[in-house]
Amino acid sequence: MSEWQPKILAILCNWCSYAGADLAGVSRMQYPPNIRVVRVPCSGRVDPLFIMKSLQSGFDGVLVSGCHPGDCHYISGNYVARRKFAVLKPLLEFIGIEPNRVQFSWISAGEGERFATVVTKITEDVRKLGPSTRLVKKL
Amino acid sequence: MKNKKNSVLVLGAGIAGIQASLDLAEMGVEVHLVEDTPTIGGRMPQLDKTFPTNDCSMCILAPKMSECVRHPLITLHIMSSLKDISGTPGNFICSVIERAKYVDPVKCVSCGLCEEKCPVKIEDEFDVGLRKTKAISRYFLQSIPSEYTINKDHCLYLTKGVCKLCSKVCPTGAINYEDTDKEIELNVGAVILATGIDPFDPIGFGQFGYHRYKNVVTSLEFERMLSASGPFGGHVERASDGLPPKRLAFIQCVGSRDISIDRNYCSSACCMFAIKQSIIAKEHNKELEATIFYMDIRAFGKDFDKYYDKAENWYGVQFKRSKISEIKELPDGSLDLKYTYENGDIQYETFDMVVLSIGLQPRAGSRGLSEDLDIRLNRFEFCRTDTFHPLETSREGVFVCGAMSGPKDIPESVISASGAVANAVKYLELERYDPSVGSEDIKEKDVTGDRPRIGVFVCHCGINIAGVVDVKDVAEFASHLENVEHSEDVMYACSTDCLETIKQRIEEHDLNRVVVAACTPRTHEPLFRDTISEAGLNPYLFEMANIRDQCSWAHMNEPEMATGKSRDLVEMGVSKARGLVPLLRLPINIDPEALVIGGGLSGMTSALAIGDAGHDVYLIEREDVLGGNMRDIFFNFDGTDPQQFLAETIEKVENHDRIRVLPGSTIEEITGFVGNFRTAFKDSTGKREELTHGAVIVATGGNEHETEEYLYGSSSRVVTQKEFERMLHEEEFPPGKLKEVVMVQCVGSREEGRMYCSRVCCSKAVKNALELRKRKSRVNIYFAYRDIRTYGFAEEYYSELRDRGALFFRYTLENKPEVEKIRPDDPDSRIRVTVFDPVLEKDVVIDADLLVLATAIDAPEENLELAKMLKVPLNSDGLFLEAHVKLRPVDFATEGIFVCGLAHGPKDMSESIAQAKAAGSRALTFLKKKSILAEGTICEVRTDRCSGCGYCEEVCAYTAIEVDPEEGVAVVNDALCKGCGACVSTCRCGALDLRGFTNGQLFSVFDSLEIEASEGIR
Repeated sequence: MSEWQPKILAILCNWCSYAGADLAGVSRMQYPPNIRVVRVPCSGRVDPLFIMKSLQSGFDGVLVSGCHPGDCHYISGNYVARRKFAVLKPLLEFIGIEPNRVQFSWISAGEGERFATVVTKITEDVRKLGPSTRLVKKL
Repeated sequence: MKNKKNSVLVLGAGIAGIQASLDLAEMGVEVHLVEDTPTIGGRMPQLDKTFPTNDCSMCILAPKMSECVRHPLITLHIMSSLKDISGTPGNFICSVIERAKYVDPVKCVSCGLCEEKCPVKIEDEFDVGLRKTKAISRYFLQSIPSEYTINKDHCLYLTKGVCKLCSKVCPTGAINYEDTDKEIELNVGAVILATGIDPFDPIGFGQFGYHRYKNVVTSLEFERMLSASGPFGGHVERASDGLPPKRLAFIQCVGSRDISIDRNYCSSACCMFAIKQSIIAKEHNKELEATIFYMDIRAFGKDFDKYYDKAENWYGVQFKRSKISEIKELPDGSLDLKYTYENGDIQYETFDMVVLSIGLQPRAGSRGLSEDLDIRLNRFEFCRTDTFHPLETSREGVFVCGAMSGPKDIPESVISASGAVANAVKYLELERYDPSVGSEDIKEKDVTGDRPRIGVFVCHCGINIAGVVDVKDVAEFASHLENVEHSEDVMYACSTDCLETIKQRIEEHDLNRVVVAACTPRTHEPLFRDTISEAGLNPYLFEMANIRDQCSWAHMNEPEMATGKSRDLVEMGVSKARGLVPLLRLPINIDPEALVIGGGLSGMTSALAIGDAGHDVYLIEREDVLGGNMRDIFFNFDGTDPQQFLAETIEKVENHDRIRVLPGSTIEEITGFVGNFRTAFKDSTGKREELTHGAVIVATGGNEHETEEYLYGSSSRVVTQKEFERMLHEEEFPPGKLKEVVMVQCVGSREEGRMYCSRVCCSKAVKNALELRKRKSRVNIYFAYRDIRTYGFAEEYYSELRDRGALFFRYTLENKPEVEKIRPDDPDSRIRVTVFDPVLEKDVVIDADLLVLATAIDAPEENLELAKMLKVPLNSDGLFLEAHVKLRPVDFATEGIFVCGLAHGPKDMSESIAQAKAAGSRALTFLKKKSILAEGTICEVRTDRCSGCGYCEEVCAYTAIEVDPEEGVAVVNDALCKGCGACVSTCRCGALDLRGFTNGQLFSVFDSLEIEASEGIR
């Protein structure tokens, strides 16, 4: 394949966004095949280090998605996540990670279409930014 | 009754039969599940999606089917029928005929060679004749059990004595032409009937041209067309030319609400079915235009109206209230519809395809079955029940559930199934048992310190995955990954035969971790975990890679990229698996008592169900008396007396030696978890008391909406239906003559602020109107309505009311009826009602002596407080939100807590009774056990790292982690921890970790693709 294809890590919560991703598939919605999904119980489980580590491992972008605020299966885990991301965002920018490389979203179990849209968007955003080199260790 | 048998026969293995069997088996009852077809599953596998969530039907059903067939207490009798029941309730002898299968299920490996070679093509019953199958076949691809059977009416050898090809190719010698029917006798304590329904057959229903016109199909045929696993792979095509239809028409009430063919009942599900199909069809093809031709849209269930609204306003589905008078086929196969609006306007429109929304009818053979089993049917040949005994047949000890007793959708069938179980257990003698006893038989292999030996299984899922992803390549790729000892591709990983294969491979290759690349862990992880557990591995040594829902289905046009992605997902799965460790599931003790909150009809019924099963029940009621809303109900369509039944029920509850009634009490606090709840309440004297109990049933009921519309509150002549019913009962009407009575429907329902249908009001208004007619035959009755939703058998009473001269005016939200007092200052003044009549297309003015408002059912505001105490969710309407709208309609996601009655959503007395019994029996599935096992994926503390800062305590929503003041370190309550991991990512010291999702495991996943990642995707 000649054209460069970005590789994006998606960390999805089990109850909403992962289910939304399943629904997108069940509904046969088509989206770019550039994401690699990791399932976690709740977006509250997502440690900012996960994002740093993924970029370091060579992923070109990271998507973190949880239940809509108020919908969390674990009552308030996504609020915990939201607070963390609010702090992480400026830090990422400060160290030179373009804002569009790391995106956060809320996708419910019923929003297959939204999942497809979100994935399409981040893929195109990251494609425009090109490969991520900032944190990748070069041997 | 002596010699009670602790076993039950369930007839029919659709969703109702499956649910009843699982509930019974979980209580420790031995179940014989008798099914006519070669597979369990019933009608649900034929469905593509389910309304109103668009869940994939097979995806939600498959885990239940597997659980059912794998349960040690459930014995399946497929291709079998029940011929006779003798003996007495509690000790029945059932005679069952097991028909010949001609294939030995023990030898058959479901390889399919026989079907490939069989020369006889026959119509496929499962795909309603849309494709061919063979005389030896599997009923459908995901049939359970998966073994093949021979259709003896078509097999060449069995009919003509030639062929025998199948036996020649069968690698295991499973074919047995000498097989014969066998009659067996089963000794059981009770019988549950769940034989379900048949779709209405519109052949001979000349006017719609079914079978004459190629592009006229039934809704069931259309469902199979929409289904990705259906005959056309989910591509809807016209039979005439293979082109995708652009303009689609749905015709409602085909075989329902039709006196001329003796089907004067509403099939209850078809409106939603058509709405769902129109949405799905539009999702398949955005350009498609769908029009639904209907009489009334009966979207009466929970969240149905929102779905209807979404179809109309979001998807642009056209809804046309009209009658189809003629369909003509045009030369190109398209269909010309002639239809008449209610104002008499005749229109013509051309469609590419027409879907007939066929109704539900009793199963063929119902009459014969009822005679064999000596049970009575109603006049439409559904099983006869009455309002207060919706799950009981006319024969003691024989119960009914599902659509056999009347049209029902899936959740109602599930509810009735669990409910019927509560009835059946009364005829059994059940002891509490300890499920962990006996499980020690399977010795878990100790893998500590062993090098990971990973087995990878890559599923084809028929063509679902293999049609896009190069499955063999992925399996080959996996075989070269570090620590992978074995890798193979399999046709259906979840099939019973493949599960056996996985167990074999674990044995052969001494595997200690398993990765399955297939569909989604959300539905299938439990199944695979059980499987490896049976092979002696700890169930947590398992990982799934989702290469179907999140890969092959989402990248259908990019097979190479999809294959690359599947490789990555498998590699990530293998990385995760490498770091997995065995997890322990600790036993949680279960207290045998139950708490029921709410002393209305539902609460009392639940309490009786549990009390009769031999468990202590605390029944808390806020008011000083029992009865709730039922105290205001006086009549039923079937002539049964609500007040008499209520009095009997209250007497039973108050005199029950297992039930402690706590009237005038308020709950102050509920803590604890499944099996170990602790509730503090204040009794009527203000004294505080604490209870301990193992389960909670929420039956807090609903309120009549307090309206300010239509002069309510300012006129003595404006009353609610509830007040009107009491008026009828007491025969005390407003002074003066009573000549003109106007009933306004949907007061507060189906509009801003309450976007739901209150479900019971149409039937209630029809019932009260008929009662009024009985008392005052000369009264004129007028209805202002939006859709008349007299679903099920209530339809008959609606048409009776119409026949007896009541007039119906349909209004819209934009044009509500207007009311004014004729003498504005007089509170007793007659009311002038102006309503627009769409038939005459002008305003009609009625001077009403009485205006009766069908006010909505509201969720009590107190729900919010209770929901917080119980940590369970409410939906946007303030109603309690069940764990799953289709298959877990009385459970909460939180174990040990159940819901029933109006607290769950508007419903009538029959439905409340069924759901209350269901909640009781769901609670009993826990209470009958002395202990259950907690989840393994919970948090753990490394005390040497913990600084005792307490941030974890702050983020935990379950109060499951606390800093021990003496030790100064965090401590996790294993039974309360739900495993969300919020505390882990909050911990500053790295002292916390989440078992099954540890930092180490996740980091190795992020890192697994490092080598190629910097170059992007290959």
